[in-house]
Amino acid sequence: MSDVMVSGREIHVNEEGFMTDPTQWDEEIAKVLASNIGIELTDAHWAAIEFAREDQAAEGVTPTLRRMAQAGGVSTKEMFALFPKKPAKKLAYVSGLPKPVGCV
Amino acid sequence: MTTATLETLPIPDLGDPDPGGRKLCIICSKGSLDMAYPGLILANAALGEGIETHIFFTFWGFDIISKKTMDHLKFTPVGNPATHMSPMLMGLPGMTSFATHMMKQQIEGIEVPPVGEFLEMISDAGGHLWGCRMSADMQHLEIDDLYDRVEGIISAADFIDLSEGAQTIFV
Repeated sequence: MSDVMVSGREIHVNEEGFMTDPTQWDEEIAKVLASNIGIELTDAHWAAIEFAREDQAAEGVTPTLRRMAQAGGVSTKEMFALFPKKPAKKLAYVSGLPKPVGCV
Repeated sequence: MTTATLETLPIPDLGDPDPGGRKLCIICSKGSLDMAYPGLILANAALGEGIETHIFFTFWGFDIISKKTMDHLKFTPVGNPATHMSPMLMGLPGMTSFATHMMKQQIEGIEVPPVGEFLEMISDAGGHLWGCRMSADMQHLEIDDLYDRVEGIISAADFIDLSEGAQTIFV
């Protein structure tokens, strides 16, 4: 685990760069993380991030693509459009959440 | 624990999986409920990692994409030691229906979709579904008889062309 200064604040990240404490996350950090992976955040991104963070807080696990479609109202197609190639991991990264562990 | 700055923040590898273009082909050759899922789960996982993915449904695996069978795949415990139950009981009448019902409940319980919905999810994620020509001919089926996201009915030779340079998994 490392401590990193982002937007003037210290945050904890793991070896890969995923944040390890969701409570340290804020929107400024999200913008920095998104730009790290080449994503500019739109309203649709923010809606997905908001659901992912609420769901993770409630369920204790990061939502998978299936969960985003079923409970979050963000279809699989839309997830691939918003977060290309690796949607679930990219959403987790930008949202300050651990990588999703579910298989589906 | 170390302290870094924004400039040295580690960035996870979330880009293209392989500059050369990693590609996965999965052959689904079995049509029982328990043998349908491994291929579908692997395909879905590969797509979630940004990998070009094709599934070729052949022989009994054709049942997974055939409209009249896809929602009625069965799980039979007969001859399956993984059920951890007495082989004497497995052949009793009604056991296949019971075991199928149990497995569907277990699958639903961990929020894994039924077969049709799973195929839709794979297609939405950019996965390619292909039916086998010989299987179609044997069952006298055409493309209209197959799940509507299936892109085509192709021959074994077509599949060999399609899978050039791909990692191929046989289920």
